[in-house]
This record gives sequence, structure tokens and C-alpha cells, in this order.
Amino acid sequence: MNSFASLLGKLDIHALPHDKITQGGAASLVLGMVAVVVLLTYFKRWKWLYREWLTTVDPKKIGIMYIVVALLMLLRGGADALMMRAQQATSVGAAHGVLSSDTFQQVFSAHGTIMIFFVGMGLMFGLFNLIVPLQIGSRDVAFPVLNATSFWLYAAGMALVNLSLVVGEFSAAGWLAYPPLSELRYSPGVGVDYWIWSLQIAGIGSLMSGINFFVTIVKMRCKGMDLMKMPLFCWSVLTTSVMIMFAFPILTVTLTLLALDRTLGMHFFTAGAGGNAMMYVNLIWAWGHPEVYILVLPAFGVYSEIVATFSRKSLFGYKSMVGALAAIAILSFTVWLHHFFTMGAGADVNAFFGIMTMLIAVPTGVKIFNWLFTMYQGRIHFASPMIWFMGFVFLFTLGGVAGVMMAVPPIDFQVHNSLFLVAHFHTMIISGVIFGYLAGITYWFPKFFGFKLNERLGKYAAWCWIVGFILAFGPLYILGLMGATRRLDHYSAAMGWQQLFIVAGIGVLIIGLGVFFQLLQFGVSIWQRKARLDYAPDPWRGRTLEWATPSPVPVYNFAKLPEVSGRDAFWAMKQTKQAAADKDFMDIRLPKNTPAGLLVAGFAFAAGFGIIWHIWALLVIGGLGVLSSIIIRSTAERTEYTIPAKQVEQIETEARARESYA
Amino acid sequence: MEESAVVRPPSLKEERQEADSKTIFGFWVYIMTDCVLFASLFATYAVLHNNTVGGPGGKELFSLHYALTATLLLLTSSFTCGLAILAARARDKDKVLFWLGVTFLMGFGFLGLELHEFHSLAVSGNSWRRNGFLSAFFTLVGTHGLHITSGLIWMGTMMIRVAGSGLGRINVRRLTLLSLFWHFLDIVWIFIFTIVYLMGGAGV
Amino acid sequence: MAAALLATIIHYLFTANIPVLQPAGVIGQKEKHLMILAILLCLIVVLPVFTMTIFIAWKYRESNHKAKYNPERDHSRLFETVWWAIPFIIIGILSVVAWRSSHDLDPFKALAAPGVKPLNIQVVSLDWKWLFIYPDQHVASVNRVEFPVNTPINFELTSDSVMNSFWVPALGGQIYTMPGMSTQLHLMSDRLGSYNGSSANISGNGFAGMTFTAVSATGENFGRWIKTAKNSSKSLDTVAYQALAEPSHDNQVSYYSSPQPGLFENVVMKYMMPEMSGSLPPSHMMDGMPGMAGM
Repeated sequence: MNSFASLLGKLDIHALPHDKITQGGAASLVLGMVAVVVLLTYFKRWKWLYREWLTTVDPKKIGIMYIVVALLMLLRGGADALMMRAQQATSVGAAHGVLSSDTFQQVFSAHGTIMIFFVGMGLMFGLFNLIVPLQIGSRDVAFPVLNATSFWLYAAGMALVNLSLVVGEFSAAGWLAYPPLSELRYSPGVGVDYWIWSLQIAGIGSLMSGINFFVTIVKMRCKGMDLMKMPLFCWSVLTTSVMIMFAFPILTVTLTLLALDRTLGMHFFTAGAGGNAMMYVNLIWAWGHPEVYILVLPAFGVYSEIVATFSRKSLFGYKSMVGALAAIAILSFTVWLHHFFTMGAGADVNAFFGIMTMLIAVPTGVKIFNWLFTMYQGRIHFASPMIWFMGFVFLFTLGGVAGVMMAVPPIDFQVHNSLFLVAHFHTMIISGVIFGYLAGITYWFPKFFGFKLNERLGKYAAWCWIVGFILAFGPLYILGLMGATRRLDHYSAAMGWQQLFIVAGIGVLIIGLGVFFQLLQFGVSIWQRKARLDYAPDPWRGRTLEWATPSPVPVYNFAKLPEVSGRDAFWAMKQTKQAAADKDFMDIRLPKNTPAGLLVAGFAFAAGFGIIWHIWALLVIGGLGVLSSIIIRSTAERTEYTIPAKQVEQIETEARARESYA
Repeated sequence: MEESAVVRPPSLKEERQEADSKTIFGFWVYIMTDCVLFASLFATYAVLHNNTVGGPGGKELFSLHYALTATLLLLTSSFTCGLAILAARARDKDKVLFWLGVTFLMGFGFLGLELHEFHSLAVSGNSWRRNGFLSAFFTLVGTHGLHITSGLIWMGTMMIRVAGSGLGRINVRRLTLLSLFWHFLDIVWIFIFTIVYLMGGAGV
Repeated sequence: MAAALLATIIHYLFTANIPVLQPAGVIGQKEKHLMILAILLCLIVVLPVFTMTIFIAWKYRESNHKAKYNPERDHSRLFETVWWAIPFIIIGILSVVAWRSSHDLDPFKALAAPGVKPLNIQVVSLDWKWLFIYPDQHVASVNRVEFPVNTPINFELTSDSVMNSFWVPALGGQIYTMPGMSTQLHLMSDRLGSYNGSSANISGNGFAGMTFTAVSATGENFGRWIKTAKNSSKSLDTVAYQALAEPSHDNQVSYYSSPQPGLFENVVMKYMMPEMSGSLPPSHMMDGMPGMAGM
């Protein structure tokens, strides 16, 4: 009996949640999963799930999976936000709010971690997968199985974070887990380990995707599409991929070093024994700053596509926009110290990094001007994606002003780690990243499903997000100046902060209303899909190649790989009334489905769980499993299948017939 | 205006060449990311290498003769790996297996020397638990060692593969990637040897 | 309605207690001026951007058929030059400001007031309270730091737990406190009053209770406060310090007389001792310290 218990490492019955809130969260998670299992069994869809989704290597399907998971995680992160606002609006003076200190600290740590890694990165990679191959006129990404593996590793990381809600606890050290707080001595539980390993696993997936999309864009563009003829979204993906490749190895190392401290008793960042916690802060931000630009640059790319299409005009200043993307990508690696001006590096160092930080504002501002002048003398159709964009322009600019302020070190001394800072980065991430990706989802939805989402509900959602955001974060700028630091679970009534926290709480509720409208939008649109289904290949009068395919897109993307001669290739095709190909079809070879990615990620998940709970047998099994899956996959011989020309012709003919019928 | 230009579909040979060039390019790109990884470890070592908290430093702990032997083993194994690739280009299966085997043995020997050094450090009270300097040392050199181990596993698998199914296009491509990896690890070792052993041994 | 909202906000901003905008210290004053300067410089770009955005969005909406539609106009060397150059120049000006002010307002830079001797205060962040040691006055206090108005204060700071951040927004910017390291902050209050201080870096679950009061008093009242602290029955020797360093929440203000000489230095130094393996709580660390024997 004893040896069995020791086989389970640190895992025992106490790992189950003991406070009401966590129990509630865990219960809803488990119930949700049970519901999914029951539905799949009832509708007899297991085989379909395995064949169509779990083993797919089609980037279009992988993209959809990324986005579905990311949106689910948005709900989880949003629930965390609601709880935090509720706590801070009520935990004043003698009252201690709805959450215990311990729970509150896990909630804000989970909130940040989930939003950045599983919502932001998920939506981003989702759009990469869906759009890049289509926009460059290709059938696939460079390494399809690697691509699937990336997704499943992301899912495994997500699963670990969510598992911490049911078994064990999550980190209470913030989304970046600074030592010495995150070292074993001050965080003896498994929380920080869950944080480390879920990010490590997901991070490897991200790095692999960076490599994959970089090679895809460099090597697989269709004939005639020089780099300077690519849609700007693809440029944003290219620059982002380069950033991922340089930044994510730093994260891998940093997480490993912290893990070594915690698991093998090393002294990289411990207080004492020759550890240096400042080193962690430098390393994590050397990754962390590029990371936020990694998140936002593709969103800028989305805006470029949206503004051009809905203004019925080609993007203004293409070369300048490309230059701006490149400048931002390079500069983003030279500013990391601005996250800790207050750590005491000295005036020369602080001033240098402050100046570099301010420089980034220049190319970012240039992009805004170019978007405005794309709209100038255009014919602007204010569909919901444009409303997201307009909200972005106002909010992001204001948030940028706050950023330029904080780039001056002595100003930062007064607002660092206050709610002013929190308001600033939420402004950038929500109006930049989230608005951008939500607009992108609305914009490209009809291409993959054959019908548009309900526009009216979409507009309600956008307005709720914009108004809600102003109410939720406007007060936080003021609170920061009033001396409120971040991450407080209680404050005295004499501070005079409660009113503003209540306003912020109302703001978050309005954002929640916006989310509700979005869920309603999906529900209603899908419910009404038979009536809405118009199969229109080009519902928004687009300019780029993805609109040159049928909607939904056939598995091979293009029956004939296109050949282009300028930017906005599809627009050019429409102007010259190029007819779609209807003869001379060829056989098309595509990669076969494989469970390799799923297996690698599943074993990685097991290994991660093993390390966290010191169940060494599980770690060994997981590690060997990953290795074996890779080796076995490498022995696979027939990894492709062929769609015969006749079948291609049939698919194309049917698609054309649908379009004209609708 | 004529209809869209009919793009001649690539021949099988062209497709395969494209696939190979993509894969090799992708692998170079991966090696670049591995460079960043090692750079971070070197930076950490640079910051922590004097944090001995009163304990012995590189000067006292490292045996330059030992490190030199290990270096010679690894460098020679890079050479024999090159010979294996030449044989692969010449489609000479037996030579490939022979030179890969020699490379494997030398790599294995290198790993053995390294593990022996780690062991003697650990039992003499200078394990990775002692201070920041030793944590950084064991992790930097150990990460390189883990990469070598992966390379050896890969090499073993390739030897079995080549013995079984010969030197087809895919196997030759994979051998090329393996040799790139092996040479890369050699270059990283030169940096480790210089920065950790030579400079550390001199008390820098 | 928007005007009413704006009026409410502005009224609130002027009546509420917003220490960063209503500083009581010379450093805080300068930092506030910097903020205003930065905002004004940014407005040079922001106001035209907002105006243009509203104008363009309105004029070129598709229902406005009178507006010119020029779908091919997609580049302009002149415009690009203007909007790369002007922000660059503004950033250039701000960069000079940033360089100068980073040096002028460097937390490590001592302040001078003619004829006034600076006050030395040593700060130790603990779980979860602040210890203030007055080495020259031979007293110590927890969660209350008092000083005479118009007197330069030389803070020397460290932590005997995790990273914290010492922040009194009414007086000026913050500085991190870290175990095994000592940082400095130089502040001077120019207005009598009682101000809130807190830790601005999360340190565990007692973090929110880690607030303290910073009191700027007349020279006389400061002297009286020191006397009260001296009369405390508790002296801050090694044993008392170890007891204090044990984790506790929401500490009340308390006083100690005769802090151990060199106490602050020992707190910093102990993290550099070989015995500190990182696995023992802080209170046990003082035992193995050379020079502490027999104290």
C-alpha cells in the first residue's frame, strides 16, 4: 500500500479543491467535459471526431480548432476577470469580498496566463492556419504534421492549466511568476509547477509554428507572388514568425531554469546560494516584450485587410507598412528593461531603454496614419469589422499615450505596477489584439462556413465591448494615480477607491454583455444557417486570394494554383474578369491524416503531470511515449493521398452550381 | 484579356526537390532557434559564473586535460560524420554504416567522459545544488549533453533504417539533417570549451 | 450627455485624493510635471489623428455619394515623410527629456537642502510588513515612517523575503527591494501631512495588508515621535528581529528601541553566506552568522 502511495508522488486526496469558488469552477469544468462525452456518444460521433478533427493535418480545420479552444478560454479568463472585479468592488474596510486571498491570487495569475497564452496565441495561430495558405496561393503549410502537433501541444498546455482547477492548485505568483516568490521556499505547492509545464508544452508548440509559417511564406508562395506582392496580413505573419523564433527559445530556457530550481534544487534565481532573481526578470521580459508584439502584429495585419476591403481601396503606403512591421519586430527586442525601470539599473541604462521604447511608437503611429488614408477617398462600408477597427483606433491611441508616458523612467517610477499600468496594457491588448482577432473572425467566417454571421448582433457585441472597455478600464487609469497597486484583494475605505472599482465592475459586466451577444450571434447564425447559407465566395468584395476559392473552401484550397502579377491579386482578377478555371484539372496530392500530433501531445501532457506531482514513472512513460511517437511516425511510408482530377472537377462544378443557385 | 494562365503542374521530381529544399531550409531555421536557446544559457552562465558563495570555482574544479580529450573526441566524430555523408552521396551503404558507427562510438565516448566528470563533481560536494555557478555549469554543459544524446538516438535509428531499407532519397535527406545537427553541436561545444573550460580554468 | 460625463470626470479628478497628481514631495512634483509634458507632446499627434479619423469616417462613408472616390490612390511620398518625421521629432524631444530626467530623478541620487542634514532611514520589507530602522536615532518602527518636512531622506532598502517595491505615491516614485541586495531612494517632503504607502510588487497572500503610513512632521513633532519610539519596551535585537521576520498579516504600528547596530547590513549579507541553501525560513539564518555570536 505504501509503495503504491509513493508511486503517486505528491498526489493525494488533498489535491481536490477545498473552497467553494474553486469547487464551483472545477465542477462546471468536469460537467462540461462529461456533457461533451455524452453528446458525442449519443450522436455516435466518436469515429467522425477522430477521423475529421483529432487526426487532421488540414490547416483549415486546425485553425478552426485553435479558435474554438481560444474562445472557450476567453470565457474562462473572462470569468476570472468578473471574479476579480467583484472582489475589488466589495472587499473594502471590514468586508473581505467574495474570494479568499489565496484564491484571488490564483485567479489573477490564471487570468493573465490564460488570456495571453491560450486566448491571444490561440486566436493568432488559428488565423495563421486559416488564412496564410489561402492568401499565398498554396495548398498547405510547409510541415503539416508539425502543424498538427503544434495545435495539440497548445491543447495539452491548456488542458494542464484547466486540470489545476480540479486537481491541485494554480500558481499564485502572477502571470510571470517572479522569483523568489515563485521558488519552492515561498511557493511550496504545485501551482507554479502547473504554470511552468503548461507554458513549456504550449511554448514548444508555438516555436514550431513560428518555424512552420516562416518556411511556408518563404518557400510556398504561388508563382508571381514576390514578397512585396503578398497581402499585408502575410507580412505580419512573416515578421511575427521571425519574432517567435528569436523569442520563444528564451522562454523555454527561462521556464527550464525555474523548474530546475524547484525540482532539482538548483540556484539560478533563489535568494541566496548564488542565485540571482534579477536574471529571471531580465530573461522573462526578453521573451515577454517581443511576445506582446507577437500578439499584436498579426492583429495589425488583420486590420490592414479589413480597412482596405471595407474602404474599397488598396491599402495606403504598402511599402511603408511593411517597413513599419519590420521596424517594430526589430525594436521589440531592444526595449525589455522598461518592464522594470524600478529595479534600480541606473539612470544611463534606464534612459537608453526608455528612448528605445519611445521609438517603437513611431512605426506604430505610421500604421494608424496609413489606415486612415486608406479610408480617405474610399467608399467605407461600416460592417461590424469596421466598428471593431474604429474602437481600436481611439482606444489604442490613448493607451499608446499612456505607454509613451511610462517610457520616461521617472514617470514610470510613479505608476509602475499600479492600476495605471494595468489599464495601459489591457488597452493595448484588448483594443489591439482582441478587437483585431474578433474582427478577423467575423470577416473570414463566411469563407469557411458559406454564410455570414448575424451582422446586427455583431454590431451590438462590438459596441458593448467598446463602451464596456471604457467603463472597465478608464477608472483604472485614475486608480493607479490614486496609489492603487495591482493585484490587491483588499483595501481600506479611507482610500476612496471603491466608487471607481464599482464603475469598473459595471464596465466588465457590459463587456460580458458583449460576449453574450457574440455567443448569441454564433448560436443564432448557426441555427439559421440553412436560410443564411449562400455559399458566396466573395461576400465582402475582397481583394486577396482567399476570396478566389469557393465557400466553404475545398480541402485542396485551389483546384489550380494561381499565378499572380501584382498586389491585391484577386481584385486584379475581378477587374480583368478572369473566369474561374473549369477545365484541365489535375490530380492533387495531399498529406494523409495522422494521430502522431495527438499522441506526442498526449504523452507530453502525461509527462508534465508526472513532473508536477513527482510521479516519476509517469514522467518516464510520457517521455518515452513522445520519443516513440516521433520515431514511429518517421517510419510511415505512404503519407500522402491523391484526389483524382475527375473528383476535383466534380467538386469545383458543384461549388459553382451552388453559388449561382444561391 | 486571356483566361488565367494555366500553371503547368510540377513534375514528381520537381515536387520532391521542392520538398527536400523546404525540409532542409526548415531544419536550418530550427538550428537558428537552438542557437538562441544556447545563447540564453551562455548569458545565464556569464551572469552566474562567479557566484560560488565562497566555494571552489572553475579554476579549482575543471580539468583542462579532460576537457581537451572530450573536445578531440567530438571534433573527430564530426569528421567521421562528414565521411559518412560523403559515402551517402556515393550511395555506399556499407561505408555509411561503418562511419556512422564510428561517429556513434566517439559520441558515446564523449558522453561517457562528460557523465564521469559530472559524477566526480557531484560526489565531491560540488553538485548543481551547491551554488549558482554550478547550477549554470551543469545546465549549460548538460543541455549540450542532452542534445548529443538525442543525436545519438537519432543516429542509432538511422543506422537501423539504412541497414534495413538502404539509401533512398528520404534516408539520405535525413542523414543530411542529422549531420547538420551533429556539426552544430560541435560548434556549440567549441564555445563551451572556450568560455567554460579555458576561460574558467584560467580563473576568468 | 458626453459633455456631462466629461464634466463629472473632470470634477472628480479635481476633488478626489489623487496623490500622484497632488504630490507632497519635490520628486513627486517633478514627476508630475514630466507627465503633463509627455501628455502635451503626445497630443500634438493624437488630436489631429482623432479629428482626421472622425472626419474621414464621416465624409467617406458609402452613403455619402458626393464624396470623391479614388480607389487607386495608395501612396504618397509627402505624407509618408510627414508622418514618419513628425512623430520622430516629438520622440526626439521626449528622448532628451527622458535622458535628462532619468539622471535628475535617479532614485540613487542624493537630494540636498542647504543647511539641512539628511535623515538616514533603512527599510526592510518583510512578510507582510515594513520595518523602518533609524540608525542615527537608534529606534525602529513597523508600518509607520515619520520624518521632518523639507529634509532630504536617504532611504537604504532591502528585503528579507521576496521582491517588494517601496512606494509612497504622494512623495515620489518607487524602488524595488530585493533580498541580498540594497537599493536606494532619495525623497523629500515639502508639505506636512500623513500619506499612504504600500508595496507595489506582489509578495504572497498577505500582500494587500502590507500598507504603511508616511508622516511628514515639523522638526519638533518628529523629535517627539523619536522619543516615543525610544520609550518602547521592546528592543530590536537578533531574537526580536527573528520573531518579527516570521510571516504575519495586517500588522499594527509598533516601535522598537535600540535596533541592533549593523542589523540592516546583516540582513543584506546573510543571503551571501554559504549556509543559505534557500530551503530554510529567514528567522533561522541569523544563527550561523559570524559576528553575531554573543550578541
